[in-house]
Amino acid sequence: MRESRIALAITAGVPAITTGVLAATAVALAVAMGVLALTAGARAQAGTSSASGASPAVEITELKDGPGRELTVGRCLICHSLEYIPANAPAMNRAAWQKTIDKMRQRFGAPITDDEAKQVLDYLAANYSGKS
Amino acid sequence: MPTRRDFLLASAGLAAGTAAARAIAADSAMPAADSATLAALPGKQPLIQRAFRPPNFETPLADLVAPFTRNDTFFVRYHLAVIPRVDPHSWRLQLGGASAQRALSLSLQELESGFEHVSLAAVNQCSGNRRGLFSPRVPGVQWGSGAMGNARWTGVRLRDVLRRAGVAPDALEVVFNGADGPPLPETPDFVKSLPVDRALDESTLIAFEMNGEPLPHWNGAPARLIVPGWTGTYWMKHLTDIQLIPRAFDGYWMKSAYRVPTGAFPGARFASQENPETTPITEILVNSLITSPVNGASLKRGQRSELAGKAWDNGAGIEAVEVSVDGRKSWRAATLGRDLGRFAWREFHMPLDTSHAGPMTVAVRARSRDGARQPDTLTFNPSGYHDNIVQTVTVEVM
Repeated sequence: MRESRIALAITAGVPAITTGVLAATAVALAVAMGVLALTAGARAQAGTSSASGASPAVEITELKDGPGRELTVGRCLICHSLEYIPANAPAMNRAAWQKTIDKMRQRFGAPITDDEAKQVLDYLAANYSGKS
Repeated sequence: MPTRRDFLLASAGLAAGTAAARAIAADSAMPAADSATLAALPGKQPLIQRAFRPPNFETPLADLVAPFTRNDTFFVRYHLAVIPRVDPHSWRLQLGGASAQRALSLSLQELESGFEHVSLAAVNQCSGNRRGLFSPRVPGVQWGSGAMGNARWTGVRLRDVLRRAGVAPDALEVVFNGADGPPLPETPDFVKSLPVDRALDESTLIAFEMNGEPLPHWNGAPARLIVPGWTGTYWMKHLTDIQLIPRAFDGYWMKSAYRVPTGAFPGARFASQENPETTPITEILVNSLITSPVNGASLKRGQRSELAGKAWDNGAGIEAVEVSVDGRKSWRAATLGRDLGRFAWREFHMPLDTSHAGPMTVAVRARSRDGARQPDTLTFNPSGYHDNIVQTVTVEVM
């Protein structure tokens, strides 16, 4: 089930989260649970749109397997879906990912510790760097 | 303020359905070596899904052929993922600020009935349109050519509303906020400002209709800002709050985002936000889009074939669109279509000579009435804005 993958992805990051970012985690979980709680109603709505042949938009929840994947998914998914990562890979290398992670933490307040940021950087640099 | 319930309702719409999105092949409007999915947000036709949350959906080339881009195919662009469905009956627009002579709070009904109505056709183009075509590649939403569209917007003049509040002589900028916001309270809310002169320009509108219908949710219902000639970043959606201030607004989305190197591009200056290194992006640069034939098309030798597309600029108006089929050595003027207004795009067309078999590269460049012309080479900038280089398609006559 796509929905349960979203939930797993977010809860996977939870045990490592410190008290300082509990509020943020609660928001992320509320987002996930809110989405999950209402999928039944949404399906009914999708039924009407499928009459016009539309493929309803869905959240992308998969990233490449590798060390740091669960942490990366858990932290990034708090604010945005994951296709931003593969879509940007051609423009990214380790230095560019470092800059992006710094921006997410310092400018956007992403709840990621120094140690976690290193793991996320290692994962993204190893798996989504298309720029030399 | 969006409530949790509002957000859950909005999210429910986003989570709709489990069908796999359809994969489509790359075309001329998409970045090289890219594929994307076509998928529909509730109320929209399938669009190119650049990102799901926050939603960024691009209009396919085929939907940019009509003179007016349909509401249900118009591109969708958000920075922050909490997007409430605003109730038009309880919505209010707040006006105030240190340079307002009085505070105002308007209902939608008061906004619609209290001011003269104005309709104008205008291109809404994302600052980052064609970012995905940049070389070298730059980070950001990897838009092809469809983060834009042309619509007829109906609303009231912003200046009429600002004058109701009273514009103090020391007003320097006008600051706009919308109902959408960030999932984390630490993330800077999407808030933008305009120079007071641009806000008071007769073409700047608070619109509540798009192509004769109420604004779609994904395009800013119930009311959004229309800043014809300026890029989409200023066209605030789900408008809730307007502040007149006597200083330069210092929010993240003005001070750190949507900026270009100072002096790199022509167009209006935003002096109060400028520094020696960078300045806010402002006006749309003269540009064009070939809608037919598509890149890589096969044309039948001797059969009638027509080049067609759109050209647009900052509102000076399109003076000419020129076409070259000999490697940009000679240029001929295309026929311009109906003038829909100076802020709208202008259709152009020209018959193609298909009497000789072989590959043919067609180059198109537009010229504005202010003398600006599409350049041959890209002016690189780190955020990937203002890709207005001469457009080409290569076809095979066989």
